[in-house]
Amino acid sequence: MRRRPLSTFLFLRPRLTLALLLAPALLWLGVVYLGSLLSLVIQSFFHLDGFTGRVVRQFSLETWGDLLTPANLDIVVRTVTMAATVTVAAALLAFPLAYYMARYATPRIKAALALGVLLPLWSSYLVRVYSWKLILAREGVVSWFVEQARLTWLLDRLLALPVIGGPSLSVSSIGTFLAFLYVWLPYMILPIEAALERVPGSLLEASGDLGARPAQTFRRVTLPLAFPGVVAGSIFTFSLTLGDFIVPGALGNSSLFIGQAVLAHQGTAGNIPLAAAFTMIPMTIMAVYLALAKRLGAFDAL
Amino acid sequence: MVSHEDPAPVVRFLRVSRHFGEVRAVDDVSLDILDGEFFSMLGPSGSGKTTCLRLIAGFDRPTGGRIELHGSAADRLPPYERDVNTVFQDYALFPHMTVAENVAYGLMIRKVPPAERDRRAAEMLDLVRLPGVASRRPAQLSGGQRQRVALARALINRPSVLLLDEPLGALDLKLRQQMQIELKSIQERLGITFVYVTHDQEEALAMSDRLAVFHNGRIEQVGTPAEVYEKPATSFVAEFVGISNLLHGAAATSLTGSPVPFTIRPEKIRLVEADAATPEGVCSAAGTIREVVYLGMHTRYLVEIDGGTMLTVVEQNREATAVDVHAARGRPVRLAWSRAQNRPVGEGR
Repeated sequence: MRRRPLSTFLFLRPRLTLALLLAPALLWLGVVYLGSLLSLVIQSFFHLDGFTGRVVRQFSLETWGDLLTPANLDIVVRTVTMAATVTVAAALLAFPLAYYMARYATPRIKAALALGVLLPLWSSYLVRVYSWKLILAREGVVSWFVEQARLTWLLDRLLALPVIGGPSLSVSSIGTFLAFLYVWLPYMILPIEAALERVPGSLLEASGDLGARPAQTFRRVTLPLAFPGVVAGSIFTFSLTLGDFIVPGALGNSSLFIGQAVLAHQGTAGNIPLAAAFTMIPMTIMAVYLALAKRLGAFDAL
Repeated sequence: MVSHEDPAPVVRFLRVSRHFGEVRAVDDVSLDILDGEFFSMLGPSGSGKTTCLRLIAGFDRPTGGRIELHGSAADRLPPYERDVNTVFQDYALFPHMTVAENVAYGLMIRKVPPAERDRRAAEMLDLVRLPGVASRRPAQLSGGQRQRVALARALINRPSVLLLDEPLGALDLKLRQQMQIELKSIQERLGITFVYVTHDQEEALAMSDRLAVFHNGRIEQVGTPAEVYEKPATSFVAEFVGISNLLHGAAATSLTGSPVPFTIRPEKIRLVEADAATPEGVCSAAGTIREVVYLGMHTRYLVEIDGGTMLTVVEQNREATAVDVHAARGRPVRLAWSRAQNRPVGEGR
């Protein structure tokens, strides 16, 4: 028999083997990832010297004071509202499809649908976002369809609405919303599908057997059991919307989202401390959201 | 039952079929299940018994024929409008509810006030002898306890028919035997019709008032346990219910003088001395003991009779010890049984 000294050495030392396997990932997470987060936190307590435009590396709350102004809070409220709206809409759109995939689709159709859901992720995110700009433009395909359906008056009325309206779909919050909904929808469909897949069909039959109409079965059995999947999906859609700066930059009016504010402060304005402080906001919101999600059992479905 | 007019059967199958494409899961089945009886559907897996149960529950609809519940057509009735409840094979307890909420689910759906719900759920848990677990989750219960919760949940709506889909399949032997007795006593106490699906012939014989033997989507025989065991209608029934020796062709002719195939149960055959005389009315054949299986209470012998046919013979170990029975291997013997025990059978469909 051939001797394998290395294999035997590792076989007899399972803890060492485990440590060797985990080391790269732990180094990455610990040093690169958490380290840069820590650096962000520290930098948010530095501030910019008003005259020289240089960063003063001393602990102060000046930057945090700058952050909590009405204009900045406006940005936060706008971003969180968008993230919440996108999340709810994505859940409503995703659930029926996920339900069909989990309960009714044959393996072939299910594979085709899963592919269809994932296919957009194969092409560049930037390309897809800018395509939406073309689709939603005043001379774009959506306007053309609306015109053919003689519903231009409806579109105009929609665009005349305050806050969400604008000169055209591509430069309104509605456009931002549609593009967000499109790019994050797959991240909602897949966890819900996974959660529904784990609900045995016999539970739904048992509910009907005991006298529940389909709507009652949905409310009492299907939804509670799939809810962790919805929460898991919402973590993706919510956090991805919260930090994005491409979509509101390409589509939408000129009002800023958190991601854009961060970009502007660290880039053109050179105010790294304020940019760092700004990134703390979505992180805090997500920390609270994740704590809530954990309570709802969302991580059992990931 | 003495009545001038037979009441309509609780469940009636009229030439019911359920085909899945080419597969005939249930094929032209007609059947009456009477009020208050313990009725078993017995058969190997894939024989159509579970599909029949699902047709009664309304989870599935027949592709042909018609099903009546209490004398009226039920083909288009959804499960939630049927006076029938089910104990599922995997119990199907709701994992996000407590035991009490599971049991009271049917009442909650019917908008019974919470106080009455709690009272009746507790009653049901007492009935299935499972007090003190009301606030637990199904995941915290053992398999046997879950089984009882599933039973309590299915009984709380006071259905006229309770369907049980191999409810004891996942339990170990001792627990299964105990539950058989309890199920039977609950059924007698409540007077509800039980329709019990099982592949375990011993279970079906022990519990049923009547049973139907399923094979390839059809019913081979319906009758009391004694009828089915003693007078199997087909060779399939003879072999599936208990152990049977099937004799046909030359072997049948040499024993009975006629080529009509017949079955003979192993426990009806006696092992006698090789040179014993054959009285009138006794079938007898010389042979050699080829195999001996010592089973404690009894011993199973495989005997090759002249002509090469193998017969199974079971004898109680009244006097014989394990050493004795093992010494019998290879010994020439004579088999004898009363001719009246022969059961002529059709070859099945």
